[in-house]
Amino acid sequence: MTSVTLVRQIRARPGIVFDLLSTAEGLTHWWGPDAFPVSSAEADVRVGGRYRVRFRTADGLEHECAGEFLEIEPPSRIALTWQWASGGVPEERGRASRVEFHVRPCDAGTELTLVHANLSDAASEASHRGGWAGALDKLQAELERAA
Amino acid sequence: MVCHMANYHSEPLDRAFAALSDPTRRAMLARLERAPGLSVSALARPLAIKLPTVLKHLDVLSQAGLVRREKQGRTVTVSLTPEPLRAATEWLTRYERFWSHSLDRLTEVAETREADAAQAEAEAEDKA
Repeated sequence: MTSVTLVRQIRARPGIVFDLLSTAEGLTHWWGPDAFPVSSAEADVRVGGRYRVRFRTADGLEHECAGEFLEIEPPSRIALTWQWASGGVPEERGRASRVEFHVRPCDAGTELTLVHANLSDAASEASHRGGWAGALDKLQAELERAA
Repeated sequence: MVCHMANYHSEPLDRAFAALSDPTRRAMLARLERAPGLSVSALARPLAIKLPTVLKHLDVLSQAGLVRREKQGRTVTVSLTPEPLRAATEWLTRYERFWSHSLDRLTEVAETREADAAQAEAEAEDKA
């Protein structure tokens, strides 16, 4: 069941994209919600191996994501668990969710699909039944206009 | 990975998401946004469902904290309470923002590496 899905077309071959997803060195180049650099990344890239990424956000706070690799199929697929080890979203602490990357060749080069699932059972169930996310966004925008 | 920790804080959020999963309830919320303080019967009128069903939907919305009912004389009026809705969308957009920015950066690095690799290949071919 899906909560957040994003798709990107990248003008690069799948092997280059897969390396950025599956090496500690690769992870340091992109992980995080804003332009701040990753402070450290460790990754024991094998099924059952752990990873840990520490990064800072624009508000100056340190965060750490950690988890375990569940599936590694070069060059097309990686699945891992995600947990906030420190910082992050307080109400999510202690909960593991699942992140999947699908890497596919396409005309542009690579199509990368990210799925972050099981953020909340009710949320994924709701989005599975379909269609509420768009309506919710619209409603939210209307509420903000009204405020 | 097994997680036994009870998550007290996410319960209201779960209720809000569950309440929002139904199109009729979303339609009711959208209508209340445009016309706050509607009476229950006015809210039910354009809907193709019976009053008891409307009341059941209102119970779900009210338990999720999305609406507030007030008795004014003999009529009951309904208004939106936007806080849980705001919390639910904030929570979702936080992760969307996280990944969207991360993938933007990943794309940039991958495309730079592709350009470098392509150039190295072209140079190798020139030498051959």
